[in-house]
Amino acid sequence: MTPLSAKIQDVFDEPACDKNRSKDAKARKEGCSKPLTPGAAAGGCAFDGAKIVLQPITDVAHLVHAPLACEGNSWDNRGAASSGPTLWRTSFTTDLTELDVVMGQGERKLFKAIRQIKETYAPPAIFVYSTCVTALIGDDIDAVCRRAAEKFGLAVVPINAPGLAGSKNLGNKLAAEALLDHVIGMVEPDDAGPYDINILGEFNLSGEFWLVKPLLDRLGIRVRACIPGDARYIDVASAHRARAAMMVCSSALINLARKMEERWDIPFFEGSFYGITDTSEALRKLAELLVRKGADAEILDRTDTLIAEQEAIAWKKLEAYRRRLQGKRVLLNTGGVKSWSVVHALMEIGMEIVGTSVKKSTVEDKERIKRILKDENHVFEQMAARDLYAMLSEGKADIMLSGGRTQFIALKAKTPWLDINQERQHPYAGYDGMVELVRQIDLAIHNPIWGQVREPAPWDCQPAVKDDLASTKNGTGTVNALDEFAGATAQRLGER
Amino acid sequence: MVRILRNTKSAAVNPLKSSQPLGAAFAFLGVDGAMPLFHGSQGCTSFALVLFVRHFKEAIPLQTTAMDEVNTILGGADHLEEAILNLKIRTKPKLIGVCTTALVETRGEDCASDIANVKLKHVEELAGTEVVLANTPDFDGAIEDGWAKAVAAMIEGITRSGARTRQPKKIAILPGCNLTVADVEHLRDMVESFGLKPIILPDVSGSLDGTVPDRWVTTTYGGTSVEEIRELGTAAQCIVIGEHMRHPAKMLHGLTGVPYVVLQSLTGLKAVDRFVSVLSAVSGAAVPTRVRRRRAQLQDALLDGHFHFGGKKIAIAAEPDQLYQLATFFAGMGSKIAAAVTTTDMSKILEKVPAEWVQIGDLGDLEALAAGADLLVTHSHGRQASQRLGIPLMRVGFPIFDRLGSQHKLTILYQGTRDLIFEVANIFQANQHAPTPEALDSFRKREMPDELRSSPLTRH
Repeated sequence: MTPLSAKIQDVFDEPACDKNRSKDAKARKEGCSKPLTPGAAAGGCAFDGAKIVLQPITDVAHLVHAPLACEGNSWDNRGAASSGPTLWRTSFTTDLTELDVVMGQGERKLFKAIRQIKETYAPPAIFVYSTCVTALIGDDIDAVCRRAAEKFGLAVVPINAPGLAGSKNLGNKLAAEALLDHVIGMVEPDDAGPYDINILGEFNLSGEFWLVKPLLDRLGIRVRACIPGDARYIDVASAHRARAAMMVCSSALINLARKMEERWDIPFFEGSFYGITDTSEALRKLAELLVRKGADAEILDRTDTLIAEQEAIAWKKLEAYRRRLQGKRVLLNTGGVKSWSVVHALMEIGMEIVGTSVKKSTVEDKERIKRILKDENHVFEQMAARDLYAMLSEGKADIMLSGGRTQFIALKAKTPWLDINQERQHPYAGYDGMVELVRQIDLAIHNPIWGQVREPAPWDCQPAVKDDLASTKNGTGTVNALDEFAGATAQRLGER
Repeated sequence: MVRILRNTKSAAVNPLKSSQPLGAAFAFLGVDGAMPLFHGSQGCTSFALVLFVRHFKEAIPLQTTAMDEVNTILGGADHLEEAILNLKIRTKPKLIGVCTTALVETRGEDCASDIANVKLKHVEELAGTEVVLANTPDFDGAIEDGWAKAVAAMIEGITRSGARTRQPKKIAILPGCNLTVADVEHLRDMVESFGLKPIILPDVSGSLDGTVPDRWVTTTYGGTSVEEIRELGTAAQCIVIGEHMRHPAKMLHGLTGVPYVVLQSLTGLKAVDRFVSVLSAVSGAAVPTRVRRRRAQLQDALLDGHFHFGGKKIAIAAEPDQLYQLATFFAGMGSKIAAAVTTTDMSKILEKVPAEWVQIGDLGDLEALAAGADLLVTHSHGRQASQRLGIPLMRVGFPIFDRLGSQHKLTILYQGTRDLIFEVANIFQANQHAPTPEALDSFRKREMPDELRSSPLTRH
């Protein structure tokens, strides 16, 4: 067994994964790697997944060892935000040519590329990503990275997640393995304290973690490392000295959380910063874990006070939207509802959930959905684009919340749509984020363009007017007739 | 109901408007073989000329009666006569468009009778040249008013009056001055696609569209012909674009009985639908496939573009009809008109502007009112306000002197609306502020007032 396939086997047998636990022994052995259906597959590859997880580490040079497409077609495509270094947004690839491949120049070129980056940008670390072609031709990136690290005296980390290895989700996990093997624990911090935590799987999209961090600051909780959002290499390298961890996006980095608990005794819980109750819950659990690990118990009271104060502010802000959004119907079409607390908040201000997909949801999730929605018909595994279009065209929802992939189904069906996935432009985390989400829903639903685009062209639906006009065309009465006609047209269209 | 806030300041700060005679000259420039003539001092003409040249990047025919101290006291009729005859001899124009300025109007010159005398006295010398007069003192109105007055003057002075045999396919179109060269070209194509024959007055697309002629011409080359203006009464229908053109249309109707319909704006899906319905009704023809396709493209642009507009605060400063055109466009996309500034309170269209209030004022007012807006929309002089406020500027109207090609930007009909959506969305995308921890920290935001209160006095 190659080291890569051993790794894959290992990450697939994830004891901390709900979904994995609920399988029988045989199914578990098969792992999560459902074979993809050629011609009907969607989603990214393992390289994509690995890069998504690691790329937001801001001061690292991310070097993709590949022909142009892997990096050239995908760079600078995510909305994570940095409070400092911008190197992560600079794209580095070895851009292998046919000659490089044929002549076996890949490793040499990679080594030179590392040197070039080191000399030009002097980053604290370089992450080197293997890809399909370089894996296929057998470039030994581990060896090159090792040699380069010795020679240039900086961290050079091999990320072994070529696209052909599997899905994006697998890539997430392989990236976590690379961090465990080569980064975390490499630097010993001199300031470790009893209130240090890690946040795992938080990407800081649109800077949304900065809506949450002030809350933690208030409580005196220090974020040792937020992996990967707005992280520095040194944060990640010293993350093993945190006292507790919160895992935000479960499917992505669960192996990282579990192994950090095993190796360095960092307890973790799975939580979410989306929605009001979930944000409160997360703060409370973080405080509890810290107390369990020896922090002063008074933090629990302070946390409760902060939560009460912040929730009150948020609910008050949300209340302003009730009048405008009451009774509006929401269709959720995400891979799996990431946060029940978003649903809870939307329902709290009077919105109705008319459907949700449960594609990536666990058994418990599905149960919870059934309880909330009452009507089981509104739960669907995955809806074909055609059916979704039909449903929206018939006006069965007032807005769809989903990722970019189904955006145009909603728009072409002339239905308001809001991006709640990674390409979104607005921060939705924490208390303020929930208010922002509702504000965006309000803006989307009430945009006046919907009235315009849904209206049929006026000349297609009123033969009567044409007849009227024909009879007045020759006489002097035309001015009135036309004015009246145009006025009527305008009035019917609601212009005046 | 829109509240119109009158100007209460004594000093205009960074003016928004350009003068009325400039507007009149602009309209005359849309006529073939025309020579606008400012009746005033040299400077009146020179400033207008420079502004035109900066905007169009073209040689602009514009002359002056060059009033000096002596004839300002004794009367300018001689200078006017001399100027007209000189222009006739030197440039052989088909039309001399006289625009009065504040100087001669303040003096109280009877320019109409002066011109009538000149015509009478020089019948033979002036054969083949029309001379019309627009009373456009600088102290009143702005570009829109001057433009409309010049068009009315041409209709009054040139168009044959009396009921005429109507040509069923002939349509007279009186566009407002807020239409660009590209707009007029596109408008013509649209009307022609219904099998109609449009006579557009004025037609800047023929004269100010930036072509390179093969000889040196001292007048305008291209635009509405004098003959077409003369025969305007045979049109079956007149279509007016912009409230400020209602007056010339009324005059045409009074002289010749040609019926008219006023469309206040051709920007935005519904406004264009209305126009297309009118064309379809007048021509009796079905809406062409090409036009339907453009409509569908606009629908898609509305869908794709609205994300960038929703909830945005827009500050606009423009002449009344253009203010209406743009304010309805932005409001129709879900934006809020946070500040609306215009030049004059004389226009009826202001009542329909989708804003809480409209300030009669200048760019100084815009700058004061626009704080916190997401976009400034005005002409090039808004650039300083844009810089000081750190708010991006969308350049519209006249003058645009620091960007090329403004005349070739489409702003009307399905295609122009689509282009506007993209332009605005692109400005927003180009000016995105990266999120920062400070900006998102709600404690910091909330604590700000307290800090501000305490800091100046307590920290010594």
